[in-house]
Amino acid sequence: MTSHPTAGADSPKPAFELKAATFTLPVIRLLGIDMDAVADQLGVKVDQAPDFFRNTPVVIDLSGLPPGAGQIEFPLLVGLMRGFGMIPVGIRGGTEEQHAAAEAMELAILGDAFVRRTPPREAASQPDPRPAPRPAASPASAVAEEGVHASQRLVTRPVRSGQRVYAPGGDLSVVAPVSHGAELMADGNIHVYGPLRGRAMAGMKGDISARIFCQDLQAELLSVAGHYRISENIPDEVKGVPVQIFLDGDVLRVEKL
Amino acid sequence: MGKTTTSAALAMGLAQRGHRTAVIDFDVGLRNLDLIMGCERRVVYDFVNVINGEANINQALIRDKRCDALYVLPASQTRDKDALTKDGVGRVLEELSKTFDYIVCDSPAGIEHGAHMAMYYADDAVVVTNPEVSSVRDSDRMLGILSSKSRRAERNEAPIREYLLLTRYAPERVAKGEMLSVNDVREILSLDLLGVIPESKAVLNASNSGVPVILDTESDAGQAYHDAVGRYLGEDLPHRFLEIKKKGFFSRLMGG
Repeated sequence: MTSHPTAGADSPKPAFELKAATFTLPVIRLLGIDMDAVADQLGVKVDQAPDFFRNTPVVIDLSGLPPGAGQIEFPLLVGLMRGFGMIPVGIRGGTEEQHAAAEAMELAILGDAFVRRTPPREAASQPDPRPAPRPAASPASAVAEEGVHASQRLVTRPVRSGQRVYAPGGDLSVVAPVSHGAELMADGNIHVYGPLRGRAMAGMKGDISARIFCQDLQAELLSVAGHYRISENIPDEVKGVPVQIFLDGDVLRVEKL
Repeated sequence: MGKTTTSAALAMGLAQRGHRTAVIDFDVGLRNLDLIMGCERRVVYDFVNVINGEANINQALIRDKRCDALYVLPASQTRDKDALTKDGVGRVLEELSKTFDYIVCDSPAGIEHGAHMAMYYADDAVVVTNPEVSSVRDSDRMLGILSSKSRRAERNEAPIREYLLLTRYAPERVAKGEMLSVNDVREILSLDLLGVIPESKAVLNASNSGVPVILDTESDAGQAYHDAVGRYLGEDLPHRFLEIKKKGFFSRLMGG
């Protein structure tokens, strides 16, 4: 065993350090105890953004349940979430009884002292907190055209269906069309100078000031810091024209430029 | 979809212009290029035999009876598609490229192993699509794979040159809104068209009789393929057969 430079030769090397860290985790805020309804809704969400939930720790929030809602079937719920690839780690809110039931399922009881309240509609759409959701393991692969700066990424060729481009830590600019089924992701802003027909997700690490700019909006999905809109919820008058997309409080706004 | 028909037609077109051309069937297990080329009764050795070293390339190549510059390398019907190894395919293509000007690789459908092998070493790719949404979407996916999973992409070389060929185009059905128009396809895929092949009985007849449709110079499809070969070789030709044909002698006056 080599001796540590600052430690004495006879004191053993520490096996760990104890530290505190803050993580942003997606929260699923239950509004009822009907697990079938939860399953249906989760299925839809996971279909929309399968990678957001794969191996992602998730917290179950019970504070939105109506009083006297009754017992939650935790074994069913936990099994359901694991089935969708999530890792339920704990609960917050709820009654003593619910806490006991959760503890029986080895879920942690988390305090909610310094957690910001999130409106129920958006609760399950928080982005994946993992540092780099790179498509390495997926069959789809990214277009390789890096800009000069590490914090920026420039793509000049069309982004095709099945391709994903991620700009970690910065902005993503695409000077070409983005096809249906293609995915753009950036920790900062996204600029598209061409038709945007695929998905665009800005503020992947939770930057609520990130924006998406595009010349011709035909997107399947738009998201800023996890607040998203699918094509159905994008008004017709902003389709096919230059727009910017940004967060105003908890509302994702799409505005003509 | 028309990939094999197109491979046969383009290969014949290139060979007719005097370029030594080989056309390889990558659809192991479902071989039909030799049928369309009309040489299925002359197959002795195949692509997989050559990869496995059971035959040399000259034994397996079948010379076309109509055109001296054209050779066919048929696929095996009895082997598994995994018989196509990346190294093996690379060796065969390397050897062919010493004596041939053009090597046309006829890809199987889908984005599986066979298709990957057919495109991996490519310099140019012709993506064949039909004027319908699902086909165009698949082509878009294929174009994405071309730009990220080829040897050129892995080596960071200049990307594969992409060409788009639209087959089974029926202007009457476009007018009725049953098919995507040329402009729709061009806009969705943001690629220029190498050619538009009209929906034609000539294509089916040609396949059934083992004559590449490009040899049927009377047919609109044959002429459209002929134009496509010209464009590929750098000629500037206007697209034909995009409008609904008028009845009677008037259409002949207008040149079809």
